Amino acid sequence: MAIIKISTPLTEEVTASLKAGDNVRISGILYTARDAAHKRLVSLISEGKQLPMDIQGQIVYYVGPAPAKPGQAIGSAGPTTSYRMDSYAPILMEHGLKGMIGKGSRSKSVRDAMVKYKAVYFAAIGGAGALLARCVKASEIVAYEELGPEAIRRLTVEDFPAVVVNDTYGNDLYEQGVREYRIETCNSG
Amino acid sequence: MDKSCVRTVDVSKITEAVRQLAMNTTSNVPKGAIHGLEQAYLKEESPVGKEVIRQILENHRIAREESVPACQDTGVAMLFIEVGQDVRFVGGDLYEAINEGVRQGYIEGYLRKSIVTDPLFERVNTGDNTPAVIYVDIVPGANVKVMFAAKGGGAENMSGLIMLPPAAGVEGVKQFVIDQVRKAGPNPCPPIVVGVGIGGTFDRVALLAKRAVLRDVGTTNPHPKYARLEEELLEEINKLGIGPQGFGGRTTGLAVNIEFAPCHIASLPVACNLNCHAGPHDSIVL
Repeated sequence: MAIIKISTPLTEEVTASLKAGDNVRISGILYTARDAAHKRLVSLISEGKQLPMDIQGQIVYYVGPAPAKPGQAIGSAGPTTSYRMDSYAPILMEHGLKGMIGKGSRSKSVRDAMVKYKAVYFAAIGGAGALLARCVKASEIVAYEELGPEAIRRLTVEDFPAVVVNDTYGNDLYEQGVREYRIETCNSG
Repeated sequence: MDKSCVRTVDVSKITEAVRQLAMNTTSNVPKGAIHGLEQAYLKEESPVGKEVIRQILENHRIAREESVPACQDTGVAMLFIEVGQDVRFVGGDLYEAINEGVRQGYIEGYLRKSIVTDPLFERVNTGDNTPAVIYVDIVPGANVKVMFAAKGGGAENMSGLIMLPPAAGVEGVKQFVIDQVRKAGPNPCPPIVVGVGIGGTFDRVALLAKRAVLRDVGTTNPHPKYARLEEELLEEINKLGIGPQGFGGRTTGLAVNIEFAPCHIASLPVACNLNCHAGPHDSIVL
């Protein structure tokens, strides 16, 4: 299985080169944000205020990590389900976001926005939080510390493993995978 | 009642049991699930799916060896307490003792705190993962069994319930469960465990599904007709093609577990509760 190494920030040249199904290893910065942080970020945008971090070319990782044990950079840190961020994602892409990491399917409006703004959606393995935490070398809180696991963190990662689910051409790995392996019966139609 | 039959249990023992369970359970994925994943690894035809299962097994090994949670979502703390009817609790409030165990275990165990106070308006994190969801059953005898499950939000969100007419029968039940798993797709972290409750009432069937999803992978319903239905449903679910993490493949479900109960002549309640491939749970008998 070919592995493509990419680093942040992502350029449109890089996002355009990725195809649904590609295995990538990401190095650089990931910003964590999930439900509550997304709500706040989108409120700031609608009020015309500045975001707590520059999202130009950046990747947001949908994760609420476990607390770090002594000696760890971060506790277990696998992806959370992405559809809950669907109503917020297009506006972040409109403002420069180029990548999202999570798990699970995205809505049509998010997929359309990825084509329009040349952004990519990656899946990491859900429930592999202990394994993924090993790729996180440093973690610092950027905003909303009071949200606990939902605070925005800046993670420095090395060779973080992910798979391209939605590329900039409208392809969807989940749809492709099911098509390939589904066995038709009267109950599955 | 003869006082000599009464066993006194100090609730501080419950706190300690809950603390231990919370600290140890999320890093030790149940053996049944590990065995199920190992079997799935051998059988999976999709190369991507096979690699996903390999990484999941590696993750669960790291979690066990380093005593870190297998998944960052260390869930809602669910406690199922079976209290022998000859037990008398002393030393405080049983429910507070349980929550104190959750508080201590989640803080000392570096587990994620995932509970908000109010579901709709404030949504402020309580900071210690309390309150737990607690069910207490009275059973014969003088033991206290404390069962703990850390129920993650992602799979829980993909659950559903339907009040079918009795005429829907076995086919109606199958259709509902398969549709539920298909709609959930990659979201609940497949390969999943599917818990199915059949019968009871609107409220009871949900609890049956929860008990089913927390039954070990590799166990079957003792009733042969329900055991056969578990097998048939698993076979159908694994034809959906969703596969490990939804990337396509043969292993969408590790197990389908059914629990059933008598119900009203007008009803056929069915509930479907999903769990990820880890589904941490364990118990202690005091």
